Amino acid sequence: MSGGALLEVDALRTHFLTGRGAVRAVDGVSLAVERGRTLGVVGESGSGKTVLARSIMGLLPTTNVRREGRVTFDGRELTGMSPAELREIWGAELSMVFQDPMTSLNPVVRIGRQITETMRFHLGIRESEARARAVELLRSVGIPDPERRLREHPHQLSGGMRQRVTIAIALACGPRMLLADEPTTALDVTVQAQILNLLGRQQRELHMAMVLVTHDLGVVAGRTDDIAVMYAGRIVELAPTAVLFSDMRMRYTQALFRSIPRVTDPGHRRLVAIGGRPPDLAARAPGCSFAPRCRYARDRCWAETPPLADAGPGHQFACWYPVEAGEAEADAASAPLSATADGRRI
Amino acid sequence: MAGSGTAHLRNGDALLRAEHLVVEFPAGRRGRVHAVSDVSLDVFPGETLGLVGESGCGKSTTGRAIMQLPAPTAGSVWFEGRDLTGLSGDALRRTRTRLQMIFQDPISSLNPRRRVRDILTEPLAIWGLGTPAERRRRVAEVMEAVGLDADTAGDRRPHEFSGGQCQRISIARALMLEPRLVICDEPVSALDVSVQAQILNLLKDMKARYGLTLVFIAHDLAVVRNVSDRVAVMYLGKLCEVAPADDLYRAPAHPYTMTLLASVPVPDPGVRPDLSADDVDVELPSPLAPPSGCRFHTRCPRAEAICAEREPEMREVAGGHFAACHFPLEPHTHPA
Repeated sequence: MSGGALLEVDALRTHFLTGRGAVRAVDGVSLAVERGRTLGVVGESGSGKTVLARSIMGLLPTTNVRREGRVTFDGRELTGMSPAELREIWGAELSMVFQDPMTSLNPVVRIGRQITETMRFHLGIRESEARARAVELLRSVGIPDPERRLREHPHQLSGGMRQRVTIAIALACGPRMLLADEPTTALDVTVQAQILNLLGRQQRELHMAMVLVTHDLGVVAGRTDDIAVMYAGRIVELAPTAVLFSDMRMRYTQALFRSIPRVTDPGHRRLVAIGGRPPDLAARAPGCSFAPRCRYARDRCWAETPPLADAGPGHQFACWYPVEAGEAEADAASAPLSATADGRRI
Repeated sequence: MAGSGTAHLRNGDALLRAEHLVVEFPAGRRGRVHAVSDVSLDVFPGETLGLVGESGCGKSTTGRAIMQLPAPTAGSVWFEGRDLTGLSGDALRRTRTRLQMIFQDPISSLNPRRRVRDILTEPLAIWGLGTPAERRRRVAEVMEAVGLDADTAGDRRPHEFSGGQCQRISIARALMLEPRLVICDEPVSALDVSVQAQILNLLKDMKARYGLTLVFIAHDLAVVRNVSDRVAVMYLGKLCEVAPADDLYRAPAHPYTMTLLASVPVPDPGVRPDLSADDVDVELPSPLAPPSGCRFHTRCPRAEAICAEREPEMREVAGGHFAACHFPLEPHTHPA
């Protein structure tokens, strides 16, 4: 991740000021994405992954938010821009696809106008030309009979079709980066595979960079170059995808990985659950955020926050007592002891 | 697809035996949603039956039809040797004490105004079971079993708990009357993966501790494999395939099961998805007007003319492994 990255995020903080105090949704995140590359951002609900994506875009409420840090896109600093300046970049160079295709389209505007709107604004082309392009776009995202679909309203389309439309809108002006926030979470598994394949194909054809935000390690495994694992508003491990899976160091990454049931595992295997629940982001305690749920936590973990330390090329993790090479296999073999980590307390 | 028929039903003392279940809902003028069309299932004591399929396949409706919530349009539900569809209100209520349900959304399925202790005592109070001291003991015992601290949690209300904890409360509530069969409708799909594992382990523990029989309804194929002894795959209101869990996942016979399994994202960076995969015919047909013949034929890679004309019957393709397909996959035609 050298200086020429397309997207650079530096010490980004987004805190929401609430009656309970500041909710530290994103709490010091730095990362970079090179042109044409894909970064997966993985975390559970409340880990701050969605707020991170929205903070990069600049899609945050205007009041009761404290923002710090810098987001630089293609050499320009987004964090200082006015809404009018951001509008020139949104859609044209930097696009976003949201989780819920039911609510991210305007229900009272026909599909056609929702697609042509961006093109007319950014490319200054005529409606007839924009419509011709919209037909091509819908066809490229796998929507049959696109001419008819252009005249329909969102409620006439299934969830998968609507998500294809939002992708078509996001791609209409040929952006250089797409932020996809849980783009398939609301969809069935067969449709999910189609949408992810579609994103992968479009990305390759347009040589577009992508940030794929998800809770599902399976979704990012075969589809990203790098993965950032988030916990309690921070990146706790960042690595090239293959390295993350073969040599994960952070205890949370390991625990998350082990807690997933796999379709290839024989039945009735006892899962290695993570006890407890994610921390309250409004009450950050000193030390590692994962310590209360970590089987390996010792005194130091409760007292000092581990820094994001380098572990190899492009690999960083934040853990005082990380997973050591060879340990993972030995530990997995003695899986039954994990039963005690079930967190039977409130 | 998929079929009618009862070839997959076993002889012997099933705890639950649903035969030819049909559930239809009126829709608009003269229209009918064919939510469940001739589905037959059986569950033996101590067994976990996984019911899996995509949204709209009728799996939840099937679970509710078993509970008589609402009763099916046609068909019978034999539980402990009695047909629930023929029972009067009072007899049905008595039977339902041994037939409980756990729902998907743990927070909205609990009354927000009541304390956990009251939520759990209510079933005992309704049936007038036990003295106040006995009820307290039973509540404490079940709370302990599901991993809740009776002293601190009993006086709190549902909103003070996380989703995972609320699901523990729902499970405790379902266990209060010592049911024999528990129908779990997507019990973990609203939970984070780390919490999901806790609840799946808990369900297994409760099954062992209380000798439960489970019907486990879910869309997540990995979760279903983890908990189930037998798995039934549904598509558009029909059953496609029924088999022991490991057989079904190792060697699916129905092309739809194969499609489902191939779509599951694998947490292994060595498995690169094939981006060029053909994705025509992506649309799920409408349950208002399901396709003729096999309901899966419009999306099936193996479909031939007969599939649009004649509905395949459920038949045995290997020992204990049933599929409703004219052209089932051979065990050797798919990767291990």
